[in-house]
This record gives sequence, C-alpha cells and structure tokens, in this order.
Amino acid sequence: MIQFELPSLGSDMDQGKLLVWHVKPGDQVKRGQVVAVVDTSKAAVDVEIWQDGVVAELLVQPGETVPVGTVLATLLEPGEIQTPVETPIIKPTVTKRHAVSPSARKRAHELGINPDVLNGTGAQGSVTLADVESAAHIAVSLVAPADTAQARQSDMRKAIAAAMSRSKREIPHYYLSETISMAAARAWLQQHNENLPITARILPIVLQIKAVAIALQKLPQFNGYYREGEFHPVSVVNAGVAISLRSGGLVAPALMDVSAKSLEQLMVELTDLVKRARAGSLRSSEMSEPGITITNLGEMGVESVFGVIYPPQVALVGFGRITERPWIVNKELHSVPLMTATLAADHRVSDGHQGALFLAELRDLLQIPERLSDTQVKGESA
Amino acid sequence: MKPDRQTVINATFDILRSIAPEIKVDAIDLSKKLRQQIDLDSMDWLNFLLGLHKRFSVDIPEADYGRLLCMNDVVNYIQEKIA
Repeated sequence: MIQFELPSLGSDMDQGKLLVWHVKPGDQVKRGQVVAVVDTSKAAVDVEIWQDGVVAELLVQPGETVPVGTVLATLLEPGEIQTPVETPIIKPTVTKRHAVSPSARKRAHELGINPDVLNGTGAQGSVTLADVESAAHIAVSLVAPADTAQARQSDMRKAIAAAMSRSKREIPHYYLSETISMAAARAWLQQHNENLPITARILPIVLQIKAVAIALQKLPQFNGYYREGEFHPVSVVNAGVAISLRSGGLVAPALMDVSAKSLEQLMVELTDLVKRARAGSLRSSEMSEPGITITNLGEMGVESVFGVIYPPQVALVGFGRITERPWIVNKELHSVPLMTATLAADHRVSDGHQGALFLAELRDLLQIPERLSDTQVKGESA
Repeated sequence: MKPDRQTVINATFDILRSIAPEIKVDAIDLSKKLRQQIDLDSMDWLNFLLGLHKRFSVDIPEADYGRLLCMNDVVNYIQEKIA
C-alpha cells in the first residue's frame, strides 16, 4: 500500500488546501502524473505522484486544508491486490494524558480547544499556556481560506517572511561578486537571434542559467540541500528561477535538468515556466526540487543583487544589469557590456575559495557562448 | 490594408493587458518610455512583441527593438511595416 502524502512544495509551505482531485478510486496512475491540485499560500500547484499504482482511497476531500505530510490518498502498488477489508479501522484513541497547567486549561476552555490531546512542551510533557496558544493559532490558520487576492497577498508575505527568516537564522551566508564581460555573449546572441522569428529568439538570462548549470558540474557543492546537519548534493541541475509575480511576491520554481538541454529548449521552457508561475499553475516537482536558485534583478536596472538563500538550498546566484562600461582589454580602454554576477553561499557547506572558483568558472563559460549551446558541454574552461 | 492609429493603439493595449492585467492603460503616456511606465521584464517584452507579431503579422527583428520605446514609436512602427 502506498501512502500518498501532501509534499512540501518549498520550505515556506506548511499546509495546503486540496482544490481538486484529477483521479478517483480504481484509476491507474503513472509516476509523474498530476493527480491533484493543491493551493499553497503562493499558488495553486499541480501535484504529481511519484510512483506507479492504482488509486485505492481518497482520504482528503476538495476544500480541506491539511498540514504537509498528511496522507491524501492510498494507492495499491502494481501487482498488489486490494484485500477486501470490511472491518472499520479503529482509530487509536488518546490514552496518555499529559498534565495541563491551570492557566492552559482555562485558556483552552476559552478557545474551545481540548487541552488533553495537545502535545505538551512543558516539564514532563505538560501542556502549557503557550502550547494552547500555538494550537489555537494553527487551528485558525488551518480554517482561514486564502480566497481573496488580499488574503493571498498577506499569506504569501508571511510565507516569504518565514522562509527568509529561517534562512537568515540558520544559514551562515557568505557573499562574493565578480564583474563579467558580456561582450562575447551579447555578440553571439545578436548573431544567433538576427534571422530568427520572435518565437525562437533567446534571452541573455538563458545563457546565464545554462552557464550556472555547467559550472555546477565542476563545483557540485553549490547544488543540493542541507538537511539534518549535512549536505546532500544533487547531480542533476534543477535551477530555481526567481520569478516576480505581478500582484507582488515571488516564486522560484525549477527549470529541470538544465545542463542536458539546449538553449532553444531552455528558452521555451523558461517562457512556459514564467507564464505558468504568473497564472498560478506550477507542478509540484518544480516547486520542491530546485537545488540552487538564480535571480536576475538586472531587468529592473540594479547593478547587483546579493540574495538570501532559499533553505534547504545552499547557494543563490544573482545577476545584475548588463550595461556598457569602460573596461581595459589588452591595455586599451574599451566600452564593454559588463554584468555583475554574485554568489550567496552556505558556509556550512563551502568556503569562499570554492565560491571564487565557481564565479571564475561562470565568467569563463560566458566568454565562450558557443560552447553553452551544446547540450553536453563539460565543465572545463578554456 | 493599413490599420488606423486608434486600431493599433487599442490592439496594443489589449496585448499589454493580457501580459500585465493590473495596468491602467488610460494612464499610459503615449510619448513616454513604455518600460518606465509599466513594469515589463524582458520576458514580458518578448511576449509583447510576440503579441504584436501575431496581431499584425509583422516581423520585428531584434535590431529594431531599440526603435520601440514609447507607444507612439510602436504605432508608427506597425503602420510603417504594414504600409
């Protein structure tokens, strides 16, 4: 029996509201299939299933809001036969009663909460006033629907605040920056785009994202997750792309397997990702699987951006505006399009030396843009 | 058939609205830079040009991007291309 749980769609999500099921009991499902739509504080997300199977029972109904990790449905594994269990499952009752402080009991009564079922954090597991207050808070947030645009806005602000506070509390950030000539990249793009229809033209950000992915092959300590006291590197580069939403706030869904894809394909996928992020129809894998985030605030005219790492990731690459500046090439003064690339990285996983190697690799890769257009480039610089 | 000025403006506003639903097109100054008045990133800009391309069947080479700064530029460009 497979238990299909509500996945965490990013570190800033702790609950979700089931909007719709795309499957019913008896349906055969395939790994990667979208089976449900769940509303997070940021967007409605298409939730994919990660195993083949047959839907047995849907345990959460549309409209219900449940915490991350809640079993949404049960599925039979391929080959598994549903045993005709007719005996109702008896839910375990709470037998162990914790001590409840008088003030907690009084407050619980006022709030209409049963204090005997709460997990106590006081001495010997006793339920304290704070436990009751926090239970009440969770109960309120679980029933409060984000139905209006304003409520969603405020929910998103809270979600971002929670994730970024956690980042600044837990991650010892260090920051590096490097000025990179974009002359070669710009010339290559101009030539590449010159005779192409609008639909096929590539934006500089695509070259930058690809360069990050290739550099990560050489320096994998910036791609992955820090969980339970250790770093878990990821071999595939799923690059989270920070996308600002028109109504305010942002999401950073992943472009999947960037290093294996051509620039043309990445451009198509990025266009689609931005469109879907803004329309609020992202897939769960895109929300939960980026191993690094890339942000490009150059669009808005800033020179550089030093990002806040999105936990449990361990690095964030920022790109500033590409702008013509005086630059010395071979002892001569030239006007060159320059861009500042920055790295914010987690000191628990890497040091500034490796960070510097990463930015240097990124810089070198952007000097040979034609190599970024191959689908299988190796992370070696000339 | 060359579309008149108002037709091009209206169509352009429709495209802008589809990209940035929150904008108020009445507030757009036709002679001021578009991207300074409304928040369009390069992806939005590309989609804007794509919208013009689809609506008016004009091709807009990348080299011409620099000519399309304000709404008046866009209207003149489209009319010139169709004429």
